[in-house]
Amino acid sequence: MSVNSQQALFEYALRLGDNALILGHRLSEWTANGPILEEDIALTNIALDLVGQSRMLLSYAGEIEGKGRTEDDLAYYRQSAEFRNALLTETDNGDFAQTIARQLFYSVFADQLLQGLQKSTDATFAGYAAKAIKENAYHLRHAAEWTLRLGDGTDESKRRMQEGVDKLWMFTGDLFATTEADMQLVSAGIVPDVSTFREAWLKRVSDVLTEATLTVPESNWFQSGSRNGIHTEALSYLLGEMQSLARAYPGANW
Amino acid sequence: MSELFRLPANDLPVRHPDTTAIWEILETVCDPEIPVLNVVEMGIVRGVEKNTDSLTVFITPTYSGCPAMDVIADEIKAALKRNGFENGVVKHQLSPAWTTDWLTPAAHEKLNVYGIAPPAHTTAEKNVLLGKNKMVKCPRCRSEHTVMVSNFGSTACKALWKCEDCKEPFDYFKCI
Ligand SMILES: [Zn+2]
Repeated sequence: MSVNSQQALFEYALRLGDNALILGHRLSEWTANGPILEEDIALTNIALDLVGQSRMLLSYAGEIEGKGRTEDDLAYYRQSAEFRNALLTETDNGDFAQTIARQLFYSVFADQLLQGLQKSTDATFAGYAAKAIKENAYHLRHAAEWTLRLGDGTDESKRRMQEGVDKLWMFTGDLFATTEADMQLVSAGIVPDVSTFREAWLKRVSDVLTEATLTVPESNWFQSGSRNGIHTEALSYLLGEMQSLARAYPGANW
Repeated sequence: MSELFRLPANDLPVRHPDTTAIWEILETVCDPEIPVLNVVEMGIVRGVEKNTDSLTVFITPTYSGCPAMDVIADEIKAALKRNGFENGVVKHQLSPAWTTDWLTPAAHEKLNVYGIAPPAHTTAEKNVLLGKNKMVKCPRCRSEHTVMVSNFGSTACKALWKCEDCKEPFDYFKCI
């Protein structure tokens, strides 16, 4: 493996691992805060799947890098500019409806990504994708069912669901961001080209929103930056909390 | 390549005759979250590699975030040690991805008796992922008059259901 392709693979493993870690951590903030007990359990189960996925991906990233960094080193001792997660995953939970909007946008995207990644020539990526796609199917179903229930529910639930969708729309473009390094991996059959997913994503999301009697946002302006480590300030606060214990007690075991 | 993926991706683990004794030991290790099933019946054990001076057991997680994996690895090592295999090593393997299809009919019945409804489908049936649940029987009264409360339950592998006849809630082992 050349230095360049090793770096490209490392960055991609970080992208995948950070998406799972940051979204998983955000969802874990719902622990004991869910609107009903069943949803408390549902959101934290989804968080558990994602954090579990991030562990295998960040371990693999550390292996590719070859500098001895572990999953914990990568999760707890990087600054926000070193994270490669999509901006959508770091957004605040907002209310339950906004969290559901984020879950819908993300899990539709993840389904597409994992379908492509299952065919990866990289055995670790393919193995990860084959496992994660089954978990994601439950996440996607959960998000779609709640979008319908809230959108086509009361005036209040519909207003909140629409607000969640509108508020997060500007972060959805960044999901499909690709770098030059990604394109090397695409031509080697290691990763799918996510930039080609956007139309199908829009169709699937629009179908759910329309069935939920919600309006598909028309705005064409999208915030970008995550692939270069440019994040919203929400990530700094998230990391401040997520990393505080490990940084206060380096090397602690429990 | 990562060590996780060294074994071929065939579905059912091959039991080499030399490792029969090891498999029998592994069958005494229970799943900490579903103690009526052992780790072999659960499909968590994916292979055993025995050489003159080394012994490796490969295990796979049911779900990516399954918190029981570390306990399972420790208990496997302890069971091997009790039976004279001092230096047994447990390694994690991700591929092929764990599926409820690996639960045997005997395991299904043990789950029922324990109060957990076993998976009602095989994952080959596409409607599993489309959310069209087939009928799930109440493990208590075997009524078919049941409804899903939530697709997420007390552990990653279970959903929460309730029976409209005996009125009891119950866990359902969801298909994956
Ligand atoms: Zn019943």
